[in-house]
Amino acid sequence: MGKIVLKNIDKFYGSNHVLKNLNLEIEDGDFMTLLGPSGCGKTTTLRVLSGLEKPQNGYIYMDEKEIVNCDEAHYEAPSKRGLNLVFQSYALWPHMTVFENVAFGLTIKKIPKEEMKRMVENALERMQILQFKERYPAELSGGQQQRVAIARAIVSAPKLLLLDEPLSNLDAKLRVDMRTELKRLHHEMGTTIVYVTHDQIEALTMSTKIAIFFEGVLTQVDTPLGIYNNPADLRVADFIGNPRINFAECTGRVKESKFIVTSSFGEFVFDSSMLKKEGGENKEFPCVIGLRPEQIEIKRKQEEGCFAAKVYTSQPAGSETLITLKAGGVTFLAKEIGIANYKENEKVWLYIDPNKVNVFDQESKKLIKYSV
Amino acid sequence: MIENQQRSYSKSKRIKNILKDVFTNPYNIIVFISLVFLTYLIIVPLISMITSTFQVAQGELRRIPGSQVGDFTLYYWQRLLASEFSMSTLYKPLLNSLLIGVCVSVFSITLGSGLAWFMVRTDLPFKKFFSFAVIIPYMIPSWCKSMAWLTVFRNERVGGSAGFLSGIGINTPDWLAYGPFAIICVLTVHYYAYSYLLTSSALRSINSELEEMGEIQGAGKATILRKITLPLVMPAILSSVILTFSKSIGTFGVPAFLGMKINYYTISTMLYSNIKQQNTSLGFAISIILITIAAMTVYINQKIIGTRKSYETIGGKGGRSTPLRLGKWRGLFTALITAFIGLAVIMPIAILFLETFLKKTGDYSLSNFTLHYWIGASDPAIAEGEAGVLRNARFWTNVKNTMILVVVTSVIATIIGQILGYISSRGRKKVSGKLIEQLVFIPYLIPSIAFSAIYLSMFSTRHGIVPALYGSMALMVVVSVVKHIPFASRAGTSNMIQIGTELEEAANIEGASFMKRMLKVVLPLSKGGFISGLMLIFISIMKELDLIILIITPKLATLPYMAFQYSNNNNNQMSDVVAVIMFSIVLVIYLITNKVSGADISSSM
Repeated sequence: MGKIVLKNIDKFYGSNHVLKNLNLEIEDGDFMTLLGPSGCGKTTTLRVLSGLEKPQNGYIYMDEKEIVNCDEAHYEAPSKRGLNLVFQSYALWPHMTVFENVAFGLTIKKIPKEEMKRMVENALERMQILQFKERYPAELSGGQQQRVAIARAIVSAPKLLLLDEPLSNLDAKLRVDMRTELKRLHHEMGTTIVYVTHDQIEALTMSTKIAIFFEGVLTQVDTPLGIYNNPADLRVADFIGNPRINFAECTGRVKESKFIVTSSFGEFVFDSSMLKKEGGENKEFPCVIGLRPEQIEIKRKQEEGCFAAKVYTSQPAGSETLITLKAGGVTFLAKEIGIANYKENEKVWLYIDPNKVNVFDQESKKLIKYSV
Repeated sequence: MIENQQRSYSKSKRIKNILKDVFTNPYNIIVFISLVFLTYLIIVPLISMITSTFQVAQGELRRIPGSQVGDFTLYYWQRLLASEFSMSTLYKPLLNSLLIGVCVSVFSITLGSGLAWFMVRTDLPFKKFFSFAVIIPYMIPSWCKSMAWLTVFRNERVGGSAGFLSGIGINTPDWLAYGPFAIICVLTVHYYAYSYLLTSSALRSINSELEEMGEIQGAGKATILRKITLPLVMPAILSSVILTFSKSIGTFGVPAFLGMKINYYTISTMLYSNIKQQNTSLGFAISIILITIAAMTVYINQKIIGTRKSYETIGGKGGRSTPLRLGKWRGLFTALITAFIGLAVIMPIAILFLETFLKKTGDYSLSNFTLHYWIGASDPAIAEGEAGVLRNARFWTNVKNTMILVVVTSVIATIIGQILGYISSRGRKKVSGKLIEQLVFIPYLIPSIAFSAIYLSMFSTRHGIVPALYGSMALMVVVSVVKHIPFASRAGTSNMIQIGTELEEAANIEGASFMKRMLKVVLPLSKGGFISGLMLIFISIMKELDLIILIITPKLATLPYMAFQYSNNNNNQMSDVVAVIMFSIVLVIYLITNKVSGADISSSM
């Protein structure tokens, strides 16, 4: 399948504007995750794409073919779009066995019996549930039901696979297993996948691209690392990353091709070419500095270019240690790999690589200095 | 210029696509058919009823000088509301009805919801038996109960023959045998079953953690009941208020048995006698007043509940339910409930059954026992030569009529109900769903007698492609189906809501057409609810007397009508025989379906 293009999509439920002028391109073979807090419009986007919901405005193209044209009230039927969907609730038909559930779509396409049996068993095999084929959904565990739902969706080798929070009903351990499996599935089948979740770990670990939604607006589309390193605005920065990003209010100023950011704990100087904001020379403006916890390096001795700080608490958790620090009245969270022992009120020095730092404009909330 | 051309081109395409979508979408097609169907069978009759109260009818030509049939007139309304007859034809019966309605509602809701609470939330013993016994009254027609009442309390002054108490030497006063007290008692014992069914299913859906939370906060049992449980089941209680109130002011059988003989009229018996005496327009005017009252009850109820307080049975997770310990009260309540069941459920049936064996009513000596009324050959000395019921050819015809009517009607009504339920459950946010929901509710507000009166006048002559239906089973089926649509579609809605839309969407994505989705997904999953809904309507039509009494012809008589006729001719024992047989049929069928399919009528309420 070629590109999927959503153009100027608007969706209203009554007077409730759920999707606001959505523009999104999904490349062939992408694992595109739609990420956002609940009620942000990500599931609606998926349903619009699947054809279960009709948007009020906009166009959708798949493979250059127009499948939605709201001006002409043209909406291609879901089954004609060459896609399949895994529902959050799995939506397995309780009165059909596993085999019948998976075979349902094939019987409608009138695939010959032998061929159908082969395809179904192939899909069940791939999801490692072939031994359950005669069971009813109620006789399976949640994780097994999930596998049936995926098998049903992939049996006809759709060009596009839509997944609506498929892992949200599983326990923590199964979730990690299924994550691995879905990623492999994507790799083996090469199908384009659109995946809806509110879980950033799922998004960051599985996707090739992430689209972040807030309140019906598509805020940023980028690779997982792109989003992690350079969140487009304060909201995205705050949403992505666990433990959360550190914010500190500060003042920015451009002076003699330098972009200088002054905060209560110290000063950063960047080359002004890194600044993505149009602004008058020598004019101060409020901004927010964003620091990922793992970007803060703690030193026990004073070194060149380090900021003084005091340990507030230290939380060792085996594989990593979280340290809360205070510097210039600002509280920071730092993360160190492995076990580290810091005493409370211990005086330490922080090294922060200026290249990695994000700076956001306080007024527009947008990212104005990128990490490189 | 070019842009303009493109736009007009896309516009024509847009119209084409929209039209194609509207006319090929099966959902729209069933909505359209349903709307036509409901308009023709509900709205048209209602309007024709209203207009006919403003038009001069054949019968009044002489009373309204210089008028012609069909002229506009206020004669009927003036006669009904402000003439020397108003007191006796409207105001007095209306007051009687309101008194009965209010008393019956208060008593039966207290009784029904109280019983429901005991059954669902406490550690009462023998729950299985009790919960079956308390819904038996739902299966006994209300007029059967009034016959049982008469069997006990009848005296020789009014009824002609003596009842049980008179028979054993206790003289019953008239006010006990007939009139408002008797009517209120019998209707209460009948209608409490409705609020029992509604409240108990609401109670069952409350997660007991909600109550336990109250306990943790330090509330006593009484406070929890008052502040947590009661508000949560309030919507269910209030909807049983409308049900009970509108049913008890509209009911005909009981006030006919227990009131007409002493000239105690309610608005529904008044309506019946007016229509029987061909004062149809006057009868319709009375009906409109009844409908208005019923509609007002619904409106007030909706105002009270509002949309914010109608909790969708709390998440539907049900949850764990820990029964409340009754402690030292357990024995007392068990005894009270047993006594109630004995008096209100078992005794009427037993006495009715006993009386079928009495040669002469009121005489309980052994020599007076006979099987004549069941199997005796015609004997001119007894009951004017009427043969025993089982020997009577008419009885078997009536059994056949009843079964045909009941089976055909309940199947049709249930199918229609499921379709309408599908529309309103899937179209909750659409105009179509809301409109259908409102429309199907109307028959509920129209009293049965008025309902059949309209149909009688509408279908007595040829009506376009619809032939004259008077004296045909078809008319009885149509009336029964339409009158039961509110129940059927309610059962359908609650059935369809259980089937998640995602199950259908999943089939849609697999490429299943609408028909295929219905056949392969919706239908197999709705089987259980379908049978429960069918049962509900089956039982209801089996008992039906009010609805068909006007349109029935001797050839098409059903069992309830046969019992009514026997009783009218003071042939009590044969009337009892028919009643006992009918009740047995209902009970047996209920038990069989319950065993076979696990159908539960309370789940369709």
